[in-house]
Amino acid sequence: MALDIKTNSFRQRRHTFANVARRLGRDRPASRYEEAMYDLQPEVNFHYRPTWDAAHDIFDKSRTAVVMADWHDLKDPRQLYYGTYTIQRARMMEAVEKNLAFAEKRGLVSSFHPDWQEMVCFYLIPLRHVEWGANMNACNIVDKGYGSALTQPAMFATTDRLGIAQIISRVGLALGGGPTLDKAKAYWLSAPEWQPLRRLVEDSLVIEDWFEQFVMQFLCLDALIYPLVYGDFDAAGQEKGAGNLSVVVEFMVDWQDDTAKWVDAVLKRASAESGSNRILITEWHERWIERARLALAPLATKVLGSKGDDALRNICISQKKRMERIGAARFTEVAS
Amino acid sequence: MSSDVSITLQNTDDGRGIVAAIVEDNPAAKVSSYPAMTKIDCPDRLVMNRSTIEAKLGRDFDLHELNLSMVSISGGVDEDDDRLLLAWGA
Repeated sequence: MALDIKTNSFRQRRHTFANVARRLGRDRPASRYEEAMYDLQPEVNFHYRPTWDAAHDIFDKSRTAVVMADWHDLKDPRQLYYGTYTIQRARMMEAVEKNLAFAEKRGLVSSFHPDWQEMVCFYLIPLRHVEWGANMNACNIVDKGYGSALTQPAMFATTDRLGIAQIISRVGLALGGGPTLDKAKAYWLSAPEWQPLRRLVEDSLVIEDWFEQFVMQFLCLDALIYPLVYGDFDAAGQEKGAGNLSVVVEFMVDWQDDTAKWVDAVLKRASAESGSNRILITEWHERWIERARLALAPLATKVLGSKGDDALRNICISQKKRMERIGAARFTEVAS
Repeated sequence: MSSDVSITLQNTDDGRGIVAAIVEDNPAAKVSSYPAMTKIDCPDRLVMNRSTIEAKLGRDFDLHELNLSMVSISGGVDEDDDRLLLAWGA
């Protein structure tokens, strides 16, 4: 018996969902990111205004002064959606767990000079409260923000900030157990070096315009804290034999590099949209970067001594270059 | 006489990003779509740049990862860390 095998090829009629096809064209298959990100934002049929804000619809573009023709243009270059985000973070967290287990098993976190252990308790552990503030700010951005392109990665950032706070807490527990966390909280509440920063974090919680809050938290405060604490403070610790600490806080360095890509892309696109957006972003940045610098100065001096001011100044210089790349730099010198 | 070099990739998320990068970097590339794969033919030479692929995928990319998405390839391969060149007699 002869078998005649015929092949048929079927042409797919639809490559993606209709809403994505309307944006990208009908013949192009969309990526998972595009399908998981576009148009999740509810736009119509808001029957009632929220009782907590009668001036706006429940989702309302006018909650910020920034204007975008299409809020979904503020895409995330990392193309994170729930699946990729959880896989990527789980991988990063696995490394943290492994490093922490290694350091705890060998008592490495508390093997360096007691003076510097005291210093780490002073400068690092209270940052868990800063991270909690950042978590609240990111939550508010998700709540008030518009467009799933931006609110989706902002939601991821909320959990990232809690995760970072937890890593810091675990370093604190490895240093000296529960009393270390209590001591660090007392520093946060009453050490004079921490008060300007605590005040800044508290002020940031009540910023009315959510996009300004985004600029304040992710562009200004993070841009100074992360290189200062996990760069300069960490380098100072290495001289005191605290190199093991770098291993357990490496997550924060990687996370900041990764997140800066997202923040820069969002701000670059928003600045390119219009002159008025650019001016808003420039002004918000100027207002908050200066406050952040002043708030961190006492801490930098406490940890680095006379080199503290220089360290902060260098960070501000690279921040100026970053603003030029974003396209929202004011052409004035950085205050020194 | 010129002849085509070609690469065939699976229609996966990574594969689609790589195809988009190839199309951007090689204006002469001819794309044929099949149910589970995409074949790209290009006269004489075809270049795949790591930086373009990274921009399309939104993550770091090691050119060796190409093997995970590749179905078939024809042409001489000249590869370094930043780009992979397909060409005859290169």
